[in-house]
Amino acid sequence: MSDSESTTQAGPPPADMDEIFVEHPFRQFVAMYFRNYAAVAGLLVFVTIVGAALFAPMILDLDPFEMVDEPLLRPGEGGHLLGTDNLGRDLFIAIVYGARVTMAVGGAAAGITLFIGLTIGAMAGFYRGWVDEVLMRVTEFFQVLPPLLLAMVLVALFSPTLETVAISIGVVSWTGVARLARAEFLRLREQEFVKAARSIGARDRRIIWLVIMPNALPPLIVNAALTVGIAILFEAALSFLGLSDPNVMSWGKLIGDNRDYLLDAPWTVTFPGVAIFLTVLAMSLIGDGLTDAFNPKLRER
Amino acid sequence: MQFLTVVIRRSLYAFLLLLAVIVFNYTLLFLVPGDIAETIAGESGGASAELMAEIRRSYGLDQPFYVQLFGYVGRVLQGDLGSSYYFNVPVLDLILGRLGPTLLLVVTSLLLAIFTGTLFGVIASQRPNGIFSHFITILALIGFSAPVFWTAFLLIILFVSMLQILPLSGLAEPLTESGTWQWYLDVAYHLILPVVSLSSIYLAQYSRLARASMMDILGSDYIRTARAKGLGQRVIIYKHALRNAVIPVITIAGLQFSHIFSGAVVIETVFSWPGLGTLAFESILRGDTPTIMGILFFSAFVVIIFNLLTDLAYRIVDPRIRLSNTA
Repeated sequence: MSDSESTTQAGPPPADMDEIFVEHPFRQFVAMYFRNYAAVAGLLVFVTIVGAALFAPMILDLDPFEMVDEPLLRPGEGGHLLGTDNLGRDLFIAIVYGARVTMAVGGAAAGITLFIGLTIGAMAGFYRGWVDEVLMRVTEFFQVLPPLLLAMVLVALFSPTLETVAISIGVVSWTGVARLARAEFLRLREQEFVKAARSIGARDRRIIWLVIMPNALPPLIVNAALTVGIAILFEAALSFLGLSDPNVMSWGKLIGDNRDYLLDAPWTVTFPGVAIFLTVLAMSLIGDGLTDAFNPKLRER
Repeated sequence: MQFLTVVIRRSLYAFLLLLAVIVFNYTLLFLVPGDIAETIAGESGGASAELMAEIRRSYGLDQPFYVQLFGYVGRVLQGDLGSSYYFNVPVLDLILGRLGPTLLLVVTSLLLAIFTGTLFGVIASQRPNGIFSHFITILALIGFSAPVFWTAFLLIILFVSMLQILPLSGLAEPLTESGTWQWYLDVAYHLILPVVSLSSIYLAQYSRLARASMMDILGSDYIRTARAKGLGQRVIIYKHALRNAVIPVITIAGLQFSHIFSGAVVIETVFSWPGLGTLAFESILRGDTPTIMGILFFSAFVVIIFNLLTDLAYRIVDPRIRLSNTA
């Protein structure tokens, strides 16, 4: 992180010339991020949800599938904060446990998306020529197939496990990342420092991953935050449609299980949806905050 | 002449893309554990090893992969997508029967998102830091973050359950005779909620895009010229600037066509809309592989055709692209 920072540092000196010591870039970055209140709120929501996903199951030791009370109790009735669903499950507990799967699958899928996208984009942008030509045709090919439909087909053809879901989401959503990475590599490969690295005899692999990549990271990190959000939306849609592991609780599944009770018990679909919405919103706010924090032009203000 | 070459080259490329989709489809099927013989045997309640071999031979499954692949590609190119396990009718007929409602939903949503989005963007560009601009930024954030099925449910809770002014699901009331003007009216009435839910994802995004490109254009030379010759603000904005501001919106909308198709799958299942999405979802639940693969192929086909048409339409409409001569 601080590595990539030191290179983006080469801007004009701070407006305040009395200040001789320049702040460490990472600290500047953090300060810039925390100036954006919406981004801080996003970070708080994100930390809360990850915290709930990690620790709640350890502390509570409950079964989210257990029928704890009468079905379709309103929020607050019978001591259930968010009420119960059509199978008498406590919605609050189900949502807390659902955070695990949603975050795990969303995170893994985003990781796969970024891995495929970065590799393909980096190769295309770095080698250009026929490599670029072939990889871009492959990218166009994947843009033609409707992503959710393809993910549904992949999950249906292979097995409805969490691994398949994560891989399917990764396979259908990497094209945007690849295009972005390619554009960055095309831009950076002609820069002086890349030529310098080449002149001291660095190999391609070293130049790609250790010379260009750290400099291409800022827009890609922002994109990664959005990628996690999109992956969570995909996971929610798949499990809503029942195309995921039926034995694990997730937010999308909770909505799918209760969709027939939508008119009589609207809270059963509203609350899990709020959880998805807030998580994805948090990711996009974090993305916005990172954009600002990476932008050296905003720092001097 | 030059245009004709571009048309031919682009069409050829579209055809190759289509061919790639077919090969991809078949390779997927080949990679899946289990085969048609097992499915058929399972359906009829078990079969002996001889019968299994017989089924495999009649479906050509004993042939090497590339022979099967060539057979498949040839059949698909002739419009033969196989027949549905469940309905026992040709998949293509099944798809064509469901295509209308899906296209109605997708195209209406797309047009609504482009039209309203551009309008919002133009209004916001008049005051870049005004309340409306902020409203659009927030709307875009919400549109991106809300799962589309949840948006649809919230709209149902509001308009169907609470206000009781819109129908819950379906294409039309079952008793309305199709083809009459009441039926068309009923379809339009049933279309409102699905279209609003589906376009909500893109509407705000297009507003931001239109706002940005509008602000860009309003600072350009030809707008200054228009102003200098004394044209009114309204004419400048709606006649001169708008035409160019809408181009990036249409470009993005064209690129997102396959995403909108995806969104339609979810929206259709939520509203029991009798289109391709519902068919795809139901076929997946039934394990009707030929229909599933047929829909995957066909939706890619629609996207490819759509992309080809937008690409060519650009060249006709925009002289800058037409004359730049890049294929």
